[in-house]
Amino acid sequence: MIYQGKQKIWSDYQKDIPDDHWFYARSCIRQNFFPASEKYFLEITKGLLGKDICDNEHHTTCGGIAYHSDTIPQETAMTIVARQFAIMTECGYENLVVSCITSFGNYNETIETWREFPELEAKIRENLWKACRREFKIPKYVAHASDLIYKFRNEIAAKAVNRLVDRNTGEPLRVVEHIGCHYSKMFPHKGFGGAEYPCVLSGMVESWGGRVIDYPERRHCCGYGFRQYHVKANRGYCVSNTYKKFESMEPFHPDMIITNCPGCPYFLDRWQYVISEQTGKTYGQNGYGIPVLTYEELAGLMLGYDPWDLGLQTHQVAVEPLLDKIGVKYDPAAKYLGVNKEDIMRPELPQFLKCH
Amino acid sequence: MGKLYDELACDYRFKEGFKTCINCGTCTAVCPAAEFYKYDPRKILDTIQRKDDAQIEELLKSDTIWYCGECMSCMTRCPRGNAAGMVIMALRNLSIRKGYFTYSERGRQVYPLSKVLVGNILKYGYCVYPDTFAFEDHVESGPVWKWFLEHKESGYARLGANYKGKGPGALRLIADEDLAELKAIFDVSGGTAQTEQIEHCSEEKAKEMGMTMEEYLRHTFEYCSPKHFNG
Repeated sequence: MIYQGKQKIWSDYQKDIPDDHWFYARSCIRQNFFPASEKYFLEITKGLLGKDICDNEHHTTCGGIAYHSDTIPQETAMTIVARQFAIMTECGYENLVVSCITSFGNYNETIETWREFPELEAKIRENLWKACRREFKIPKYVAHASDLIYKFRNEIAAKAVNRLVDRNTGEPLRVVEHIGCHYSKMFPHKGFGGAEYPCVLSGMVESWGGRVIDYPERRHCCGYGFRQYHVKANRGYCVSNTYKKFESMEPFHPDMIITNCPGCPYFLDRWQYVISEQTGKTYGQNGYGIPVLTYEELAGLMLGYDPWDLGLQTHQVAVEPLLDKIGVKYDPAAKYLGVNKEDIMRPELPQFLKCH
Repeated sequence: MGKLYDELACDYRFKEGFKTCINCGTCTAVCPAAEFYKYDPRKILDTIQRKDDAQIEELLKSDTIWYCGECMSCMTRCPRGNAAGMVIMALRNLSIRKGYFTYSERGRQVYPLSKVLVGNILKYGYCVYPDTFAFEDHVESGPVWKWFLEHKESGYARLGANYKGKGPGALRLIADEDLAELKAIFDVSGGTAQTEQIEHCSEEKAKEMGMTMEEYLRHTFEYCSPKHFNG
């Protein structure tokens, strides 16, 4: 096939990722706030699609948050990364799939820096040997976990029991996609569609029946900013950035937001609560907020998994208006139950943001 | 060529992130921090480009270098392939090494950051961990997270996590031998030395400010003067 015109340009923004055999590196923030998303990533890729994904207990944080909060030197961050590579190598894998966007950037930064400065790679190998008596191969391929879901989006669509369509009107749902900054702003060629046309999430949305909303601040950072969030005094920075995005997307009446970064879904969800407490303003219909989902949560809903198994009850913004639009079946009484249907009470209600 | 500039030039992030700045201001135009804070990455790169040690020292002692959120939006857009965010990382690293970070309010925040993040890495193997994520310090996490943290054992089990459990899974217990390897990595790669430097300089500053370390920790974590913001 001869590619020309727009097809040729578009092909330059694609990446061909391996079909199978991945070592999975988990995310600090997602394990805390979205553990079910990581569970369902494995459920979908391993259980449903039959892929070989290694979930090894000995890997740790990549140190990325500490590195970008400037509390550890680059050499320390790189040696932790090297240890992750060593565990992957020892397990017999060559492809690394990463749950976290900060880690994805961190791994890519490390590999790219070593490519340019081989003496630094040698130093890090020496560090790792001294500290851990381990050796490693650089992964043949580093993918973000959303890359795999994007790659298999049509297989997921074929198995889906729900579509991103309003069941009452038949219209596609209006979806905002928010891509984590370190997915392709640092190394554009590492992401599907680069930094100019990132399609890792829009591809999922379109494949699953929704319509992607374009809005002025679509590519603006969610406002995490590492030290800007982890120090209480700085959080005005974070909420201001989120506020800017919501004011920009509001006129387009989004039904939901899909994200691929660990922090973004937490911040875009929780700052809606803070904005409502501070100003009384809410961005969804009838006093609700706009539900913010991870790509595994959305894939899980399409595949018919229980929303409370997916962890949607741990969002501050109520997801029920979205579930009702799609036609997802759920048991309201089961929303806040603990393990084995244990009664662990219910959260208090916010002052303004409407919740079920 | 000044000594501070020479030290800066040894940092790989500086080598990667700073070629020749043409002062176009694209980095500032796209920067989320520049919109919010009195912050202008274009000016910072221009200052460094002059290689004037006195000006670089002033920068290292200022609040200015601590405003960046390291989103790296600047890296995508610079027409000369610079990355102001990477240069900021090199500046911050040098500020810590020289002990200049305690001269500014935003620089002093390195202490609570190190306490929590490095503490979590070495004790638990994670940067963020539920046991040190106190709701009182994170009220923005909302009533839903207050509820979840109060019932976290049952809640995490409900969501399929392996909280404090053996074997793989989310929030698994990181084994002592794996934590020992992380500590050894810190020792050989400068992480331990940097943590001690942060601790030492912060203790000196706390003394100067007449605070106990606990008071200094709370102060640096919570205090925000109005001088940082755009009008």
